[in-house]
Amino acid sequence: MTAFPEESFVTPDGRTIGGVMMEMRNITLRFGGVIAIKDISFDIREGEIRAIIGPNGAGKSSMLNVISGFYNPQEGDVLFHGKKRPPMRPYQVARQGIARTFQNIALFDGMSVLDNIMTGRLTHMKTGLLEQAIWWGKAEREEVANRRKVEEIIDFLEIEHIRKTPVGRLPYGLKKRVELARALAAEPKILLLDEPMAGMNVEEKEDMCRFILDVNDEFGTTIALIEHDMGVVMDLSDRVVVMDYGKKIGDGTPDEVRASKEVIDAYLGVAHD
Amino acid sequence: MFYREAGDFKTSYVADNQTFPIAFDRYRYYAVLAVAFLVVPFIVNDYWANAVLLPFLIWAIAAIGLNILTGYCGQVSLGTGGFMAVGAYACYKFMTAFPDLNIAFCVLLGGAVTALVGVLFGLPSLRIKGFYLAVATLAAQFFLVWLFNRVPWFYNYSASGQISAPERTVFGVPVTGPNTSAWATYLFCLVFLVVLAWLARNLTRGTVGRTWMSIRDMDIAAEIIGVNPLRAKLTAFAASSFFVGIAGALFFSVYLGAVEVGEAFGINKSFLVLFMIIIGGLGSIFGSLAGAAFMVLLPVLLKNVLVGGFGWDTALAAHLELVIVGALIIGFLIAEPHGLARLWELAKEKLRLWPFPH
Repeated sequence: MTAFPEESFVTPDGRTIGGVMMEMRNITLRFGGVIAIKDISFDIREGEIRAIIGPNGAGKSSMLNVISGFYNPQEGDVLFHGKKRPPMRPYQVARQGIARTFQNIALFDGMSVLDNIMTGRLTHMKTGLLEQAIWWGKAEREEVANRRKVEEIIDFLEIEHIRKTPVGRLPYGLKKRVELARALAAEPKILLLDEPMAGMNVEEKEDMCRFILDVNDEFGTTIALIEHDMGVVMDLSDRVVVMDYGKKIGDGTPDEVRASKEVIDAYLGVAHD
Repeated sequence: MFYREAGDFKTSYVADNQTFPIAFDRYRYYAVLAVAFLVVPFIVNDYWANAVLLPFLIWAIAAIGLNILTGYCGQVSLGTGGFMAVGAYACYKFMTAFPDLNIAFCVLLGGAVTALVGVLFGLPSLRIKGFYLAVATLAAQFFLVWLFNRVPWFYNYSASGQISAPERTVFGVPVTGPNTSAWATYLFCLVFLVVLAWLARNLTRGTVGRTWMSIRDMDIAAEIIGVNPLRAKLTAFAASSFFVGIAGALFFSVYLGAVEVGEAFGINKSFLVLFMIIIGGLGSIFGSLAGAAFMVLLPVLLKNVLVGGFGWDTALAAHLELVIVGALIIGFLIAEPHGLARLWELAKEKLRLWPFPH
């Protein structure tokens, strides 16, 4: 698949890729004198799996942090569904339907797996403090309704057996899966994954790939992911953005990116003759 | 009657979510409640009520309050004594300004006023964390005690600078003032503790509780899934202060009767409640009760054993008590940071399998 049509279309494996959902327009992010991201523009289309790759320190995670509201760029705009987004706090971004996972797992260690994933449904919870305190009635109904959703996700990610285990006791691979579950529980429109496969063995990576594809396929969730494993990136993603030293050096389908001279130079170095 | 969940199948999420999932636990809990309400009031005498039961009930409420803030939401507070003073003085003002108002409402209003004050002093928590927040709440402690000492309006311009509770009745039975009986004050405080513990359990099991715990465990991740940190922290301060304020109001009106603010609600009271939740268990309602019971019973026990049993000097026993409490806190922090509640959980986990090894 080398061509990528402008209007919405159906991929050979039967997924629908729609119009532009999120657009980064000339984003520049500075920390004092350091320029982390320099004038980058790209878009994320509805239903696609979009990868952001690049060597260490290229500004990939900063880009994700801009999308999720941790950093507000000095220049440029983030457009969501065609509307310019004002500077926002991360929790406001979350309420717009953008969920993410972290490079180094950011779960709530003191809580059980179930509670962690239930926390992910926070944006769907409406009862107030007093109704919660009384519990009977509205709060309990809401709890049960959301629990049902959470159980679906638990089934989907095959973590039924650790439902009540405190997260602190889990091995690394399962923690990653629980973190994905927590992000999914929010039923996000866009799911941002920051190195979902870092530090995993081959088997765990395969599981994770399967889950990412299933999420995209079954829920139609748009996914933007950062990953270092090139095999994974090229297999999973519909389109790839390549960054190096804060600049965009490539953008396109995996095949286009793989053939690009600039990308090869960035990864393998330039021959000096 | 084995302590087992085997065979006790849960068929709904409500049943799976209940506070005591194991049937044996549930019956034990009902039994404790029944004894507390139906047996103790008939056998309680003044000594037991004043030395053990009332302090336990009141400190347990304060400990639950601080546990909401520190144990569940992770915000350390050293202002508990000051917030208790707010509850006490607010309750006193309501009692004297509206003599016809039922004492139960005065106590609740005292809690409500404390909740507002707590929110006010919780505002800095968005910016400062850990030790620095502890120091900020320490400032609240000293400021509030100073305020109640210096502004005569709070103690109704009384010559002594103290506040003293006038007699108030519930269903015609006096619960404050000089003519109270042990069973009435005991039942009055017990109702408050049971209702408040139930409310605290509801708050901590659901959305609000998970919001607090997510802030405690990792505030960045909490924010990314939609927790508004300021709102979460302020609700924790409000709920916590409400409980602490009620404890202060009861401590003043029902237990002490007359209060001099620096003595009754000084910094050492803040530490006492903090010790209760550290020894009892952070992030656990049961831990709050266990810690309060421990800290109330320990001095009584030591006094009876050392002074009554060995015939030692009272002052020596009192000093030894400080040493023992200090050693216990260090011991708990090193060996079992989750306190008595965790030990209790471990015992229950062992008991579930007993007598089989695996």
